[in-house]
Amino acid sequence: MADSTSLTKVRDIKQRYQPGVLKYAQMGYWDGDYEPKDSDILALFRVTPQEGVDPIEAAAAVAGESSTATWTVVWTDRLTACEAYRGKAYRVEPVPNQPGQYFCFVAYDLDLFEEGSIANLAASIIGNVFSFKPLKACRLEDMRLPVAYVKTFRGPPTGIVVERERLDKFGRPLLGATVKPKLGLSGKNYGRVVYEALKGGLDFTKDDENINSQPFMHWRDRFLYGMEAVNRASADSGEVKGHYLNITAGTMEEMYKRAEFARELGSVIIMVDLVIGWTAIQSIANWARDNDMIVHMHRAGHGTYTRQKNHGVSFRVIAKWLRLAGVDHLHAGTAVGKLEGDPLTVQGYYNVCRETKNAIDLPRGLFFDQDWAGIRKVMPVASGGIHAGQMHQLIDLFGDDVVLQFGGGTIGHPMGIRAGATANRVALEAMVLARNEGRDIRSEGPEILRDAANWCQPLRAALDTWGDVTFEYASTDTSDFVPTAVAV
Amino acid sequence: MRVTQGAFSFLPDLTDRQVSAQIEYCLRQGWAVSVEFTDDPHPRNTYWEMWGMPMFDLRDAAGVMAEVRACREANSQAYVRLSAFDSTRGWETVRLSFLVQRPSDEPGFRLERLEAQGRTVRYAVRPYAVDRPAGRRYGPASAARGEAR
Repeated sequence: MADSTSLTKVRDIKQRYQPGVLKYAQMGYWDGDYEPKDSDILALFRVTPQEGVDPIEAAAAVAGESSTATWTVVWTDRLTACEAYRGKAYRVEPVPNQPGQYFCFVAYDLDLFEEGSIANLAASIIGNVFSFKPLKACRLEDMRLPVAYVKTFRGPPTGIVVERERLDKFGRPLLGATVKPKLGLSGKNYGRVVYEALKGGLDFTKDDENINSQPFMHWRDRFLYGMEAVNRASADSGEVKGHYLNITAGTMEEMYKRAEFARELGSVIIMVDLVIGWTAIQSIANWARDNDMIVHMHRAGHGTYTRQKNHGVSFRVIAKWLRLAGVDHLHAGTAVGKLEGDPLTVQGYYNVCRETKNAIDLPRGLFFDQDWAGIRKVMPVASGGIHAGQMHQLIDLFGDDVVLQFGGGTIGHPMGIRAGATANRVALEAMVLARNEGRDIRSEGPEILRDAANWCQPLRAALDTWGDVTFEYASTDTSDFVPTAVAV
Repeated sequence: MRVTQGAFSFLPDLTDRQVSAQIEYCLRQGWAVSVEFTDDPHPRNTYWEMWGMPMFDLRDAAGVMAEVRACREANSQAYVRLSAFDSTRGWETVRLSFLVQRPSDEPGFRLERLEAQGRTVRYAVRPYAVDRPAGRRYGPASAARGEAR
């Protein structure tokens, strides 16, 4: 048997395949000299080993358990080109300022994965390894998906460019609102909220994640009244407008039925929740491509595994998978609103959604260069606890290609829903106009808003009501890195 | 009613000075500005009439403003919009679009409902103005002038 304390690969074949237990590093899942190939899938894990577990062995275990290994030596490895199929941990380094945590880089050969299947990728990379006893905690921080793999996916059915062309809306963020209260409204009352908000100036309204087909409102009623509202508002403004009809349901058959009814009624957009699962998402993306439908993705449930930075899956990985799987809108955080999000980390998610290539950007949590190989761009959505008084911050943080969703900030307006919508639209247009004129909206934003409020009573009322509301709490998910000194 | 297409329709109509500042912004981004007009403001009327080609090589806001004024003069009762086109890889589309003129009277749109099976309704949005032939849709002057421009 090999020396049980060594962490180097056992090269003697007889020793290597002697029945019994070897360390994962000894089995060949650690290779500090490995140079990743352009076609490899790369993953970065943040690992917290149990006391006494060497970080190199922990990294090797992660590579092993997410590829070919089991806990003991098996002779059947020798029936395969096992060297090629082994995941290879190739770099381990301590996480800055987080004692006991290590960044472990692992490379996987492309042939370990089925083409065009996020379910398969997820089953490998986050399948067993997160429950592995020698690790106290484990987090998938980031992935590099090679062009060869990206090209096996069809990506967003519509994408930012085509969505804007279909809507005929260019040069400003889109505006939305989620109908509130989330639960309890009848179809007729629900449609009233949609109509008022769209008529007041929003581009979209939205079903909430948990509005499906409950006793108080059957889904068909919601769709029928919602589309009456959309078409009325469109005729009153001359603009294309939409309501995200949430088709999330218990089975694919039911989801297709709801999607088809949305299409029959002339909706431009449907919505699904992240909790429907990867396979369902890819199927709905296919349906949407065949039916010229925009797909809005609400990331319901993600906080259960994305928020704590020592364990789970970072949202930047989820965003990468969703861009491949095929969604057009994706909730990606607000930084300034009521939900978790460090501004730089959130910008990192936006870059994953929108850029054609991501460069390594450690402050924003991007650990790899990522080439998106011509796949369409996802429109990020900022939603949750934002209001007109933050317009300059939102546009400064996120630019034009984003849907800004003010739910409470529209519906809770003291002069009514329509006035709430108008306040948001006026604030938005005034800010974009001023930015384009060369004004520094970060410092002059409040003044620009006040000037517009001088002639726009609804905006004045919005600023009076919410102007001072902020949600300043420490973020739990920030990037850990050491800034590199740059020679000046 | 007020057609609210374009990026700035919820603001008071832009002055020429404000339009000029937006053109300068577009030119700074390297976008090509173009002028288009129509008398059919249907939200899905994609192809407005082009007032010449996109000004790919014109880098001077005053020159673009001259085209805007000429288009307005020749089509005083039409919607006129300014669009900025970005030919960068991955975009290759319009990046900013806003109205720089609207007819003096905007009658708006009729919403037609065709009741279908169950409670399903098929909707159609029709601009009132398109009941008249092109060129005679807006304003007393254009109505009197006849079909040809």
